This record gives sequence, C-alpha cells and structure tokens, in this order.
Amino acid sequence: MTQPRRLPQGGRIDRSRELAFSFNGRPLQGYAGDTLAAALLANDVRLVARSFKYHRPRGIVGAGAEEPNALLQLGGGGHTLPHQRATQVELYAGLEAVSVNGWPSLEFDLMAINSRLAGLLPAGFYYKTFMWPQRFWGRYEHQIRRAAGLGRAPMEADPDRYDKTHVHCDVLIAGGGPAGLAAALAAGRSGARVILADEQAEFGGGLLGSREQLDGRPATDWVKAAVAELRGLPEVRMLPRSTVFGYYDHNLLTIAERVTDHLPPGISAGPRQRLWRVRAGRVVIAAGAIERPLVFGNNDRPGVMQASAVSTYLNRYAVAPGRAAAVFTNNDSAYRSALDLLDAGVEVAAVVDVRLRVDGELPARVRAAGIAVHSGYALVDVQGGKRVEGARLMALDSDGRGFSSAYPVGLRCDLIAMSGGWSPAVHLHSQSGGKPRFDETLAAFVPGTSCQAEVSVGAARGCFDLSGCLQEGFEAGAAAARAQGFEARPGAPMPAAVIIAQAPMMPMWRVPSWRGVKGPKQFVDFQNDTSAADIALAAREGYRSVEHVKRYTALGFGTDQGKLGNINGMAILAETLGQDIPSTGTTTFRPPYTPVSIGTLVGRTVGDLFDPLRKTAIHEWHVEHGAEFENVGQWKRPWYYPRQGESLDQAVYRECLAARRTVGVMDASTLGKIDVRGPDAAEFLNRVYTNGWTKLGVGRCRYGLMLGEDGMVMDDGVTARLADDHYYMTTTTGGAAHVMGWLERWLQTEWPDLKVYLTSVTDQWATVAVVGPQSRGVLAALCQDIDFAAEAFPFMAFREGTVAGVAARVFRISFSGELSYEINVPADYGRHVWEAVMAAGAAFDITPYGTESMHVLRAEKGFIIVGQDTDGSVTPDDLGMSWILAKNKDYLGRRSLLRPDSVRTDRKQMVGLKTLQPGFVLPEGAQLVDDPDAAKPVPMLGHVTSSYHSPCLGRSIALALIRNGRQRHGDVVYAPLSDGRIVRAEICDPVFYDPEGARQNV
Amino acid sequence: MLQIDCPWCGPRDETEFSYGGEAHIVRPSDPDATSDEAWADYLFMRTNPRGRHAEQWCHAHGCRRWFNVVRDTVSYRIEAVYRIGGQGPGGSHDPA
Repeated sequence: MTQPRRLPQGGRIDRSRELAFSFNGRPLQGYAGDTLAAALLANDVRLVARSFKYHRPRGIVGAGAEEPNALLQLGGGGHTLPHQRATQVELYAGLEAVSVNGWPSLEFDLMAINSRLAGLLPAGFYYKTFMWPQRFWGRYEHQIRRAAGLGRAPMEADPDRYDKTHVHCDVLIAGGGPAGLAAALAAGRSGARVILADEQAEFGGGLLGSREQLDGRPATDWVKAAVAELRGLPEVRMLPRSTVFGYYDHNLLTIAERVTDHLPPGISAGPRQRLWRVRAGRVVIAAGAIERPLVFGNNDRPGVMQASAVSTYLNRYAVAPGRAAAVFTNNDSAYRSALDLLDAGVEVAAVVDVRLRVDGELPARVRAAGIAVHSGYALVDVQGGKRVEGARLMALDSDGRGFSSAYPVGLRCDLIAMSGGWSPAVHLHSQSGGKPRFDETLAAFVPGTSCQAEVSVGAARGCFDLSGCLQEGFEAGAAAARAQGFEARPGAPMPAAVIIAQAPMMPMWRVPSWRGVKGPKQFVDFQNDTSAADIALAAREGYRSVEHVKRYTALGFGTDQGKLGNINGMAILAETLGQDIPSTGTTTFRPPYTPVSIGTLVGRTVGDLFDPLRKTAIHEWHVEHGAEFENVGQWKRPWYYPRQGESLDQAVYRECLAARRTVGVMDASTLGKIDVRGPDAAEFLNRVYTNGWTKLGVGRCRYGLMLGEDGMVMDDGVTARLADDHYYMTTTTGGAAHVMGWLERWLQTEWPDLKVYLTSVTDQWATVAVVGPQSRGVLAALCQDIDFAAEAFPFMAFREGTVAGVAARVFRISFSGELSYEINVPADYGRHVWEAVMAAGAAFDITPYGTESMHVLRAEKGFIIVGQDTDGSVTPDDLGMSWILAKNKDYLGRRSLLRPDSVRTDRKQMVGLKTLQPGFVLPEGAQLVDDPDAAKPVPMLGHVTSSYHSPCLGRSIALALIRNGRQRHGDVVYAPLSDGRIVRAEICDPVFYDPEGARQNV
Repeated sequence: MLQIDCPWCGPRDETEFSYGGEAHIVRPSDPDATSDEAWADYLFMRTNPRGRHAEQWCHAHGCRRWFNVVRDTVSYRIEAVYRIGGQGPGGSHDPA
C-alpha cells in the first residue's frame, strides 16, 4: 500500500496531485503540499540518518527549522544540496533524497560499532586522542571526516543563478505566524513600508499545524483573510519561503529567499535563491518558539518526536507518525497533541507527566477521553533500535531527582510525543546584540533589553497563548509604524481566541538515570551526539564557562545552533556545577539562523563578475597580436608578445634587444595619472614629494619619490609642469588609487588652506612609450609641430603637439635608460596612435614589448619598482637615493628619516647581485646568508627582490636588499634554495648597464 | 554593517566608506623641534577606547570627502557626524 501512514482525510495537502520521489533510491509517493519529512513519514520511513559520532539510527524529530537528524542530500550534479532539513524541503516531482551518514548503507552501518565503543568516545574525544603526535592529524582528519561526514559538497560548478536585492523599509517583521501577521496588519494599514518574511511556503506559522479556532472558525480562515488583506496593501511586501537569518549593526537584516527551490531542477522560473539585505527602521521579531525535547534514556530512537511536530504532521499533512503513541511531558501543551492523536484515530497508550499534580483543563479533557495520565512519572528508557517498540516508566520521588519505585513498568508504543516546554526563538534578538534573560516562571531564556530598534512579540517573547500573541502583534506593529511616523488606521477587530488556562510547567532538564552510569544514553543534542553524561564530564574535567563546554562537547554546533539542546544542556551544566541557570548563562547565537547556501551569499559575483577587469584602450590590439597577459591589480597588461613558437625567455630576449638596439614600443596606459591644479600646486608637491618642485619650469618633468609619514618609500613617478598652476603627475600602476586617496586626505584634513584640486585621469589618457635609439626617428615621422632635436627637446622635458593627427602630450622620460618618448593622448585615440607608431616604426622593425621586458630593462639600470624592490620598510637612503631628499624644506616622512631606527648603520640596503655562475637566475625572494653552514637559526642578511636574465649583458642580474650592503660590494653571499642547492653570488652596484646614463642623453 | 550619515551625501552603507582611524591627530607644526618620543607618539600611538571614539571616515565610493564620526566602539552607535574643521560633541575639533 502506498503512503500507509496517511490519514484518510484532512490536512493542507492536495490529494489530487500525487508526487513521485525517491529516498535512498527507493521510489515513494507523496502529495503536493507535503514537506519531504511529511512524505517520508506518510510512507512509514522511520530511519533517515545515522548519528554524527556513534552512528546510531535516527528518525525525524521535528517539523521545522529545528530538525536535528533528517539532514539529507538532495538532487545530483551541480544542483546537489547537502544538509537539507527534510522538514523544510517542499516535495516536488522527481525529488531524489539520500541519507548522508551511513556506510555502506543506512540500514547496515558498519560504523555503528562506535555505539558499542561509546565508553571510549567521551566528550573531547578528538582533543584527547587525535592531537598527538600533531603531524598525524592530517591522516586522522581524513578518516574522521569520512566517518562523521554530513553531506557532500558538489564537485561541479553551480549551474543555478542567485540574486541579491538591497532594500529599505519602515518595519521588517520576521515570522508570519499569528503575532507576525497581526503586526503586519497593524503596520501595513498605517501606510508604512512593511516587509513580512516567513520561512515557510505558506503564512500562518504554527496555526497551520494546529486546530486552534478564532472567532469560532478554524484559525486558518483568519490567516487566509489576513494574507488577502496584506496582499492588497501597496506598501506591504510579503516574502514566503524567506528566512530572516542574520541581524547586523544599524538594523541591517539578511533574508534568504528560496525562490525556486521547491521546483524540480532545470525549471527556469527565476533565480534559485535571493539574498535580501534590508535596512529596517524597526524590526518586529515574531519568530515563534521551539519545543524542547526531554532528556531521558534512548530518547534518540526513531519515533521519539516533539509533541508539537506530531500535531503538525497530523493536522497539516494528515500523516500519523505512529500507530500507538505515548506522550511524555512536563507541561500542558502536549495534551493538545494527545487530543490530536486521539481524534486522528491513533491509539494513545498513556500520557506520562513528570508533574505530581496534573489538574489543568487540557489534561482533564484527555482524562475524559479515557486516556491514562501517569502523573509523577517519567520515561526512563525507550526500547527498539531502528524504531520505537516500547518505553519504560518509573515513578519519580517528590523533588524529581530520584525514583520512588524500584523497577520500571513497560508501555507498548511505536511513537513517543515529548514536550519539555518551549524555548522562545531568541536568535535574532541575540544577534542584534541583546542578551537573553532567564525567566524563572517559563523556565526559558527570553529576549532581554533591546540594543537596536527591535522588539520580540508572541511566542518569541515567551507568550504562549494565541490571544496574547495576536494582541502583542497588533500593538507592536502599530508602535513600530508610529515610531516611523505613520499613524495607526483602524481595520478589522482582533479575532477572539478560545482561552484555555494552562497550569505551570515543571522544569525537568534531565530525567534521573535509573541505572546510574550504566543507564542508556540520554541525548541533549541529537545532531552532535552530545549526551547529558558528556556535559557532566566536561564540568568534572574543569570546564566552567558555557562557551567552553559548548566547544568541548559540540553542544549546539552544526545546523542546530542551540535550537533543541541548548537550554537543557545549560541547565545540566548549571546543575553539575551547583549553580543556577542565569549565572551559567547561554551561548551567543550567531548568524545564520539556518544554514544559507554559499551561492546565495555570493549572488552573481562569480566568474567574470567576481572582480572588475581593467583593459587599456589598446587592449584589443594586444590580443589580436598574440600577447600573453599578466594581471597587475585589476589591469590586464601585455606580458610579452611571443612570435611563432617562442618561449617567454626567447620573446623577452628579442624584445629587450630591440629596445636597446633599434626601437621598441610599450603600452604604458596603466600608469596612474593625477591632474594637479591650483595656485598652491607647487607648494603641495613640495610637501608630498621628497625633492623640490618650486624651481621646475613649465615644460619640464621631474622624478619624485613619495614617502609615508613613517619615512618609508610609498610611491614614485614622473610629474610634468604643464603651466604655472597645473601639473600632470604619474604614479605606479598598482599604487594609483592609494596615492590619490593619500593626497586627497592630506588636502582635506591637514591642509584645507591649500588651493589645489586633484583629478584622477588614469583612464582618460592612453600612454604609448616609444623606446630605443631610433625612437626619435619614429616620433619625427609622426609629428611635425614638435622639434625633436636633442637640444630643442631635452631629456626630462615635455612638449605639446600633434601626433598622428591627435593632440598629444609627449614626455621625454625613460624607464629603460634609452632615448625614449612617452606619448599621451586622450584614451579614445590610444589605438589609433599606437597603430600609427607601429606603421611609422616599421622601417626600424619596431618591436612591441610587454611588462616582462620592461622589468628587465629597468633592472639593468637599477631602477626600482615600488612594491617589488620595496616593501614598506625601505627608506630612500636604503635604496641609495639620498640625492632626492631636499634639505631646505619639510615633506611628509622627512622627520621619520631622523628616527633612531631610520639611521641605524646596519639597515638593509639595495645592491646588485651577480651569480658566480652567470647563467643561473636566482629566484625572487631567495634568502641570502653569509654562511650556509651556520648553526640554525642561520643569520639572514636579506633577500633577492628582482632577478632576471639580461639579454644585453648575457648573464643573470638581480637586485637585493642586504644588511649594510653598500659597504660590501665585492663580497660573495649565499642563497640556500628550497631544493637544497646553495647558490653563490657577488654583491655589486645595482646599476648594471650604462652607469653614466649616456644612452638616454642623446 | 554600519550606516554612516555622510555630511555631504546623507546615509549610506558602510561599504561605500573607508576608515581612517582616530580623528584629531595633530601633525606637529615644527617636526624638527619635535622629540623622537613625541614624533613616535604622533606616528604610532592611538587611543583604543571602550566607548566614544572620534574617528575619520572617507566616502571613498561616493563624494570622496573625509569627515569625522563619533562612534561608540561597544554599541557601534554613531553619536555624531561632522565635517573636517567642524565642532564635534564635547568640544572635539580639528586644529585650526
């Protein structure tokens, strides 16, 4: 028979739409409207998982977010989702679900041996056993992960799309149960912008699984009317299938909306999930409460469930999770479940209530129905392995800490509905910065003082009757709207609920163990296999802080996050330590409330959209001409231009020699460019650069070094004076944004009196560097209105003219040591000018070169690259650049150059290195030592910062920072490499090529 | 994530801003006359209060203006926002 546990009628399911699905490969049927858990229970599937540590058989416990056991893997391929709570998964046709923990199979799990070895696997087992020797951890970890594995991550790229939405609202309401709906009605009627989010597919919360009445009709009728009214309010946004999972500073909340998760994969009906980031004026938390388990022997057997979950399966899904039930409780609410079971035709073997006196109205109804109520009794053990087959109960003594009977009595049942009271869902309140407070009457943590503009209402505040929930909701919704400037407007009156007085609950954190330490395990946290004995052990081993006990025992870890076991665990710890619960406290709840798929957090920021990409105006030419690219920050820069079959080294060899012998061309557009303008521009440059700028004439350029206030080299570049009050500054490619921010900060915060305006023009100009002995000829062929004669256009000058028909700024500067011109044109003309340069240079066999050749050419000249040859701990003097430090003015960082640490004589200084074996290129970063055989730790001299093969020198060259290096030219140092080789190199001057600078002054 | 009220643009998410550390750090007017200790204090030493903290922020992805914020480092509540050179609560202000 299909769906043997389905009730013949009732429920909020669509019996006309039967859905086929599979569990561990077994084909099954359910109905539209089912959750996966409901459908599994309808098919009498009890065993759904093996536990984390002991591999004990586990079944479905709850009906919502708190489910600890039924964490299943859904779907396959890139669509697969691990760890999905079957209680929150909407059934769809073709759904494939598998258990994640059980090897070789769920029914026959070899790892269940752990259960027999439980005595050897106490709390802190991993810390005690696997930590020594530490080097073996890698091996242990692999085995432990396999044994404890909770789901598989997909190995393929995620084929689904995820979105993000950023919104503001006046009132955000988390939870669409009775309190949340009431709050939304009150706030929505006022005209305030309201967002109502609920994790379920339907609004109504707990009412959907209850038989409560409002105004004498099913409460779900009121829900229907409320939802219809809310949908008609233009400023109200309803978000079903949406979990408010995080509460951050300044009332920022995050919502995970499962847009199409309830549809079979491959149906494109929008993104799979959507992340909402909501900045809310006011927040109303109507997140409800979670029913607590009771802690008793073998309380983890499949068939032991929350009483409220049993009611939900009966009422909402028309599923009877068993044939004969025992109800075990410490409060009145579970008697509703007894009545629900009875009315659904399920045998109720007995209600076992730890309270000595049970005289409330609900118990009276249960008794009147002929059901035995054993007051002052507790279940002490559950029989059965993969499903409940019975239970044993014993009479408690008067204070509930021992037994008044010597032997237990048996009870035949296959379902146990337990209720240990209710825990308000204080998660969001706690995340907002609030500290939950222990309420002795409710024996529960309730929201404490608010730190942000939030309020909890209804069950989330500890109000457990329907009438109170509605009233609190209406009041809070109206108050929140009023605080945002919206006056309440009347609507339909609050519906009347049937008020049933409930007798006080009796805290029962742990049923006494009837056989002492030999008794069956009493689980506190099902998901993490944490038992009452584990917590007591942690306390005996000296753990006092609840946060430490949590980490030692794993209590509240995983997806549980304290939903089920938290309060019981805290109370057991308090009891063991002989203190009360408030002074023991509770752990901090952190986002997310329930797990959120990584894809949802990432949204569309994947692949090409992960990070912006910057391309120069000439980029496509480089692509068309076969350039290999390297990433420099967000820029794509041509690295080298291999001809047919050329390696990097071969291409760089050819490119470098062309620049030295004839002419090369490089795209230098990525250099940072800042337009500096204003009457105080010269004074400004004087303050931010180490050298003087006042005397620089219009039409001239100067190299500048910029220091941090700590005196360390921060950036460098050439700046040209375009007019008396107008400069064009260049910065390093990677430092452009930082330098711009740095300069702006000084102008705005320290020197607001300076009349200087900065504009970033990096993207507005394309820069073509024409480099080499023949560069003058190329320029002359392209530009008629500039005189390129050496004396007319000297080194470190700039001219304005027309290059290839385009207005251009031409700078005669050099980063290679060769005669060279940098042509700057508006970016839109970049490619045109580049192509004109290529055409004009064809006669000279002009050769485009990339960043690798640029590095070699500049290293041959001993020119630094900030960030490669410096690392934020290098002064100008360390680089041998004291010549650029002005003596007669102040500038940023100058005072720091006089600090004792800056004038140490043993600072690392930049030098050149020549390997004794000329063909060997040292790896950059190689450490340098005087004596490789010295006792460890070997004293370090410094390290290699730049290293290349120099084509024009025919040997390797390197730059290095070496302790006191300038005094050590001619010394041989050693570079011990990671492969064991030890390479010798001689310290030399860092300028390897044309030290007189003759080549650029022609 | 904080919401910061830029004095030029209005309230914006923290992701639009960059943090500049403690506000009202005064650069010594005559560095040469400043002792090594006083210079090191200016360079490196910052208060780390539990509670009110005057700090600089820049609307880096907006108007690019620097300004001052008084923020509680415990609650993260922003007590005041004022322009450079402006008067903050409790008389805190930039050097003239």
